[in-house]
Amino acid sequence: MEMNNKLTPPEKLDLIRDKDRPTVRDYIPMIFDEFIELHGDRYYGDDRAIIGGLASIKGIAVTVIAEVKGRNLNENKESNFAMPHPEGYRKALRLAKQAEKFHRPVVCFIDTPGAFCGVEAENRGQGEAIARNIMEFMTLKTPVISIVLGEGGSGGALALGVCDKLAVLENSIYSVISPRGFASILWKDGGREREAASIMKITADDMLELGVAEEIISEPFGGAQNDPKETAKNISEFLLKTLKEKMAIDIDVLLNERYTKFRKIGEFEEL
Amino acid sequence: MLEDLLDVVKLRFNVNTAAENDKDDEKDEKAENKVEIPKDLAFKCPRCLNMIMTDELVKNLKVCPECGYHSRISSEERLNLTVDKGSFIEFDKDMVSRNPIGFPGYDQKQDELRKKTGLRDAVITGECKIRGIRCVIGIMDSRYMMASMGSVVGEKITRAFEYGAEHKLPVIMFTASGGARMQEGIVSLMQMAKTSGAVGKLAEAGQLYIAVMTDPTTGGVTASFASLGDIIIAEPKVVIGFAGRRVIEGTIKQRLPDDFQTAEFMLEHGFVDLIAERKTMRRTLAHILKLNGYKPAEEV
Repeated sequence: MEMNNKLTPPEKLDLIRDKDRPTVRDYIPMIFDEFIELHGDRYYGDDRAIIGGLASIKGIAVTVIAEVKGRNLNENKESNFAMPHPEGYRKALRLAKQAEKFHRPVVCFIDTPGAFCGVEAENRGQGEAIARNIMEFMTLKTPVISIVLGEGGSGGALALGVCDKLAVLENSIYSVISPRGFASILWKDGGREREAASIMKITADDMLELGVAEEIISEPFGGAQNDPKETAKNISEFLLKTLKEKMAIDIDVLLNERYTKFRKIGEFEEL
Repeated sequence: MLEDLLDVVKLRFNVNTAAENDKDDEKDEKAENKVEIPKDLAFKCPRCLNMIMTDELVKNLKVCPECGYHSRISSEERLNLTVDKGSFIEFDKDMVSRNPIGFPGYDQKQDELRKKTGLRDAVITGECKIRGIRCVIGIMDSRYMMASMGSVVGEKITRAFEYGAEHKLPVIMFTASGGARMQEGIVSLMQMAKTSGAVGKLAEAGQLYIAVMTDPTTGGVTASFASLGDIIIAEPKVVIGFAGRRVIEGTIKQRLPDDFQTAEFMLEHGFVDLIAERKTMRRTLAHILKLNGYKPAEEV
């Protein structure tokens, strides 16, 4: 593959918002031999911004948890533009715990502008739901692999991002908050999002450099939408390789490595 | 005992706390602060909007005498109100942040704040005693970049939990924060994972974690260690929430009720165990520690 995707961060922002960019709904049938969706958090409801279920890839059974972007307005209405409510995160945790019980690896697909900011989300404890997932995933006794498909926005992404290995698609972004949110908080001007994207360090290369991600999954020339099949193949290859690698590691060692991976992120000095 | 402490605190109280708060957070109040009373003489309660003379406020431990709002206090003030005199041994006092994403002006802003507040970052951590009971304590200080969580806050809090796990000590965290520190980009988001993971380590070690939510506890701190206390206490009338009020109002194009995202709201919705007043906080903490089997050091 040639050096085909040398895009600036604002260009990546455009690319991942392209209406033709494949979503997890496109990828699931291409990556997994089968998928049985499982619904609901058992407390409140079934959040359509996160789907989950049982799947198998080349005969390996896994639990899939994924943030869902819509491919059209109707799908986006259903999935709330991939902005989960607390019940979405609680469903994710329920399925992760189920996976742990049966020693089944968990595969998370991250693709969200962020957790939903609304009255109902606050009423039902958005902060608590995200916090709980982060803590529980850190000690989940089964391998967890996460992949950022397009947009990884803030705590809403991290709630599915505490894992043994994080891969990011070549043109995807991962950020503490959406570039728009960043611009509106720091400069009181959401309109400056492109400028924000440029300085925030949100690209796949930045993630590798900052120790946030371990691997970049390449996209075909011009981006994933130009050849979803090729992209799915690349994701499958990464998954198979990583599943085999992580499933072979003793669980206590794996958990220790998971903790250490996050433990060492931070840049400070002691005077 | 408490009264002695109050005297000390009164002397130490720096009367213009409100004025020292981070600019970002002040803009709401600024718009309303049109009455020309010098800031060091009076305090306008952001909850009931009454003007309170500063000495009256200070006498009342910086709690609004009209509505009971527990206004922001410095980490030093909090420490003096909470721990046994002379018992505090600070951890990681000299830790300062680098500029992980090379954010323009970040170093300079920190230099200015360090001079202005005497703090090195937005949290102090250490070991102390409360009514003789040994514990680890962390206190966030909203004067420093609205106590946002970057590398230093994340690292110090993580180390505090790890220390508690290692030394079999309970941990008390006074939380206050605007959320993740934007200026450190994705590195600040990862501090949520670090701190929450460390809460897990404390739990594995079988030790108690009490979170005390103070004004304001929001964003990435609410979505990480603050919400993970075995017991969560809140001060009356403080703001607790995930998303910013203005962000939500922008989404729904409506004004939210005044009590939305308050301590009382969180209690009603099941996310806070109890609300305790500042004047009884020390006693409340000591009682909870005792009922969890922790004894004054002398009796051990």
